[in-house]
Amino acid sequence: MPFFAYTIAFLFLPAGSILLGAFEGKESGWTVANVQLLFHHPYIDAYKTSIEISLVTALAGGIAGLFIAYAALRDGTPRWVRSAFTTFAGVAANFGGIPLAFAFIATIGPLGIVTVFFRNHGYDLSAHGITPFSKLGVELAYLYFQLPLMILVISPAIDGLRREWREAASNLGAKQWQFWRYVGLPVLMPSILGAMILLFGNAFAAYATAYSLTSGTVNIVPILIGAYYSGNVLDNPHLAQAMAFGMFIVLAATMVIYIPLQRRAARWSK
Amino acid sequence: MKRPRVSISAVIWLLLGAGYFLIPLFATLVFSLKSNQTGKCCTSANYSFVIHSGDFWHSLKISFLLAIETIVISLIIFVPTIYWVHLKLPRLRPVIAFLALIPFVVPPIVMVVGLLQVFKGTPSWFYAEPWGFLAGAYVILAFPYMFFSLDAGFRSIDVHTLTEASQSLGASWSTTLLKVILPNIRAAALAASFLTLAIVMGEFTIANLAAFHTFPIYIQLVNETQGFPAAALTLVSFGITWAAMLSLLVVGRQRGARGAMIAGAR
Repeated sequence: MPFFAYTIAFLFLPAGSILLGAFEGKESGWTVANVQLLFHHPYIDAYKTSIEISLVTALAGGIAGLFIAYAALRDGTPRWVRSAFTTFAGVAANFGGIPLAFAFIATIGPLGIVTVFFRNHGYDLSAHGITPFSKLGVELAYLYFQLPLMILVISPAIDGLRREWREAASNLGAKQWQFWRYVGLPVLMPSILGAMILLFGNAFAAYATAYSLTSGTVNIVPILIGAYYSGNVLDNPHLAQAMAFGMFIVLAATMVIYIPLQRRAARWSK
Repeated sequence: MKRPRVSISAVIWLLLGAGYFLIPLFATLVFSLKSNQTGKCCTSANYSFVIHSGDFWHSLKISFLLAIETIVISLIIFVPTIYWVHLKLPRLRPVIAFLALIPFVVPPIVMVVGLLQVFKGTPSWFYAEPWGFLAGAYVILAFPYMFFSLDAGFRSIDVHTLTEASQSLGASWSTTLLKVILPNIRAAALAASFLTLAIVMGEFTIANLAAFHTFPIYIQLVNETQGFPAAALTLVSFGITWAAMLSLLVVGRQRGARGAMIAGAR
């Protein structure tokens, strides 16, 4: 079947070549030197920055996304607000990369409208690290697709919180916070954690946004890999493969956490 | 029961969310109306710059044709496969579902490293042409979205009955597939196609590392050199994503087109 020929050519062969290439020496022979090198400067720093950015945006985007999704879905919010938010989240979660980077330069860049607005009111944003070219700037831009992704992923779980549970709780005399503490959050928790892991992987994999925002100066793994191909440092292609291998290991680890959470979350979605 | 009121905290969160989504778009709009020479508002010069730029149309055409090629190849490969799996080999379904998760989990930046390595020595009509190498890579990127959408489509129809009915009336396999099965999964196929369109039109990572001149590469080039026209381009690009996703939502309302909605080029 053509399908299997295709997956072998474009899925298994590339995966195998990374796996083998990561352990190949610069000239010949097998070595763990490339992978060992990952634990040294500057590579380990790139992994740390990548993981930090992904963690920060997963947590911030996850928590804020949860509140926004709940606000949009809860009883009392007009229906049109709800559908506007879910529709826009669908689009914004897909709005990443180069255009997103530009939108943030126009917002918090040196001439950006928010920067100018604050400057006119005597407050210098860039002095507080809020420029699109810093780590914080990259995180702010990532939130633009992290928040909607959280809204998309968590909405079904929030919709699954049944009204009967809340009514049962309040009939039994539970206060609002008691409902959340003993019913709402325990039921939602696996979905929330699972969604945050998805956000983590999403930010960890991102390349174009950070590349365009910082012109490739922020030290994250994808940009380091990219520099090996577009730049002038291609003395050891196996190092790029080792870095790709390292990314794969991190993402595989997140999947190992994700799958049992997903199972637990599915328990309530009958 | 009394209709619950809108709570204050909900309003605050929604306003914060809306502000975060809308302010960058508004800023881009303001930028796109500024004059490239004076930096003053308002002019449509940036839009006419974009429209009159040969590179704009050229790169847009490459990306669009690439998207069409990716969609056609994907449908040709995946529709018969998933049909066959649903009809004859249901045990294979989890295997393919697992395979479909791989491109979803493995980021493009990792994928492109492997792809470049594997196809380095291949003939230039394949390796140096977007229609060869890049299209091949994009079909893999589209695979998860194609699979989950089409799989849901096939699950919502009765493949066995339709096939038997068609064959007992004397139809060949190809007639069955094209005239009976395909119209029934049309919504799912369309949804997958729009998603693929959005992915390919925005994909930057693979195109950049493999040095092809697609639409996002062109935007990045303008980004680096001309600030205000880049704003106009950004809005054009956002409009394309918006159109693809809205089309997806419209076909998504139909039966059997409920797949993943999360894609895109980060």
